[in-house]
Amino acid sequence: MKNFFGWLGHNFLMFLQELGRMMLLFVQAFLWLFRPPFRVRLFFKQMEFIGVNSLFVVGLTSLFTGMVLALQTYHAFRMFGAETLVGATVALSMTRELGPVITGLMVAGRAGSAICAEIGTMRVTEQIDALTVMAINPVQYLVMPRVLAGFIMLPLLTIISDVLGIFGGYLVGVQILDIHGGMFMNRIYEYVELADVYNGLVKASVFGGILTLVSCYHGFYTSGGAEGVGRATTQAVVMSCVLILVSDYFLTALMF
Amino acid sequence: MEQDRYIIRIEGLTKRFGEFTVLDELDLNLEQDKVNIIIGRSGGGKSVLMKHIIGLLKPDRGRILVRNRDIVPMSEREMAQVRRDFGMLFQEAALFDSLSVEENVAFPLHEHTSKSYKEIMSIVQDQLAGVGLQGMGTKMPAELSGGMRKRVGLARALIMEPKIVLFDEPTSGLDPVVGATINDLILRTKEEFGATCIVISHDISATMKIADNIFMLYQGKIIAQGSPEEIRESSDPVVRQFIKGEARGPIQIN
Repeated sequence: MKNFFGWLGHNFLMFLQELGRMMLLFVQAFLWLFRPPFRVRLFFKQMEFIGVNSLFVVGLTSLFTGMVLALQTYHAFRMFGAETLVGATVALSMTRELGPVITGLMVAGRAGSAICAEIGTMRVTEQIDALTVMAINPVQYLVMPRVLAGFIMLPLLTIISDVLGIFGGYLVGVQILDIHGGMFMNRIYEYVELADVYNGLVKASVFGGILTLVSCYHGFYTSGGAEGVGRATTQAVVMSCVLILVSDYFLTALMF
Repeated sequence: MEQDRYIIRIEGLTKRFGEFTVLDELDLNLEQDKVNIIIGRSGGGKSVLMKHIIGLLKPDRGRILVRNRDIVPMSEREMAQVRRDFGMLFQEAALFDSLSVEENVAFPLHEHTSKSYKEIMSIVQDQLAGVGLQGMGTKMPAELSGGMRKRVGLARALIMEPKIVLFDEPTSGLDPVVGATINDLILRTKEEFGATCIVISHDISATMKIADNIFMLYQGKIIAQGSPEEIRESSDPVVRQFIKGEARGPIQIN
């Protein structure tokens, strides 16, 4: 029993230590935001990689999420004759919750893992040391553009995710399940407020910051060759996803 | 003057990783404009020593004076200034694999000078020709052999005309002919650029050929130093065993 608590406490402390080091990395990256040279070209490259290249997978998953939401809620709402609420339900779920979360998780899986593997490989092949030796700050060169790009691109992706999710709901609800199209849309206007969308976008920004920071952090402190890079990448994706879902709860509790 | 003779002076350098003492009260003076070679066993702390010289690692104790300025208490920003006098060739060359050969070599120039793209490219082409790689500029690092990568790494290390060039095992993993060309390049670096070369190596025959000063690192200390002749004549049993490459002797393999 004592051993168990010892183990638990030890792991908890390790976790806190990791969070602390991550925050330090964040502060460093943040400070570099205001100090030249500004890495505009790298920043755009990362926006393309994190944002534009994730469009397809985010769009596809959002579309199907909207579709399955409509399908599930339709059967529930039909029991008390409120089928027209399907649209509003899908729209509210997407904008407040599923849009940001799905986008966050998909980008963590797609871009977060790649960021971690790339920076991790640079670490184990001494490329990060080479940057330092050439008098270039690696945090400024590698971490800052990625975190900033994540922070900016995630809300943009989320807008697409919201739209496609609602479109998927419409497709299933109106085209397949025969809900009245006008009523479907009307209920969305009635129940969804702009604040729902905004708050969702704020969440997405936070998720974008979290997943890029976590991925950069794990890559940056990789050790132990190819195996180490693999381990770091797994940890980065798992930890990004966990932190996205945990912070999602607290952000929701704060905002709504 | 005695002080100016040594470009880098290390006093009482101690570094531990956990329980393990890698460098133990190490003293080392490296002479200006010479080829200084540090030899020692693999895993014996040579790389750790080199990382201290360029400030990638901070010691637990001791002073590291580069041109009479102690770099240990320096901030990252001051350190960046000091590092502009340095060039380093990494063991696996450490080329940026997202950039082409040209871009790799041009990288420090783009970062630290305001030269135009055209000027930079002409310097880069000269530098690549200098290491025998003309016309390879557009290749990616992954397309090159180990020896070529090292030569690109050397071109990159020299492009800012550094005063001090560090070589981390420059010939390890290369065939003897390529190894010899790299050694020639080290000598040329000294003669043409007037740079101080600091090499870590366990390639004894090459060391004997190109070194001005040899330092033997063993158990965290410099146990012998001198010219190649002095080292060859050394009566220290550890040094004798190491330079002769014998399995039996005071050095224990564990």
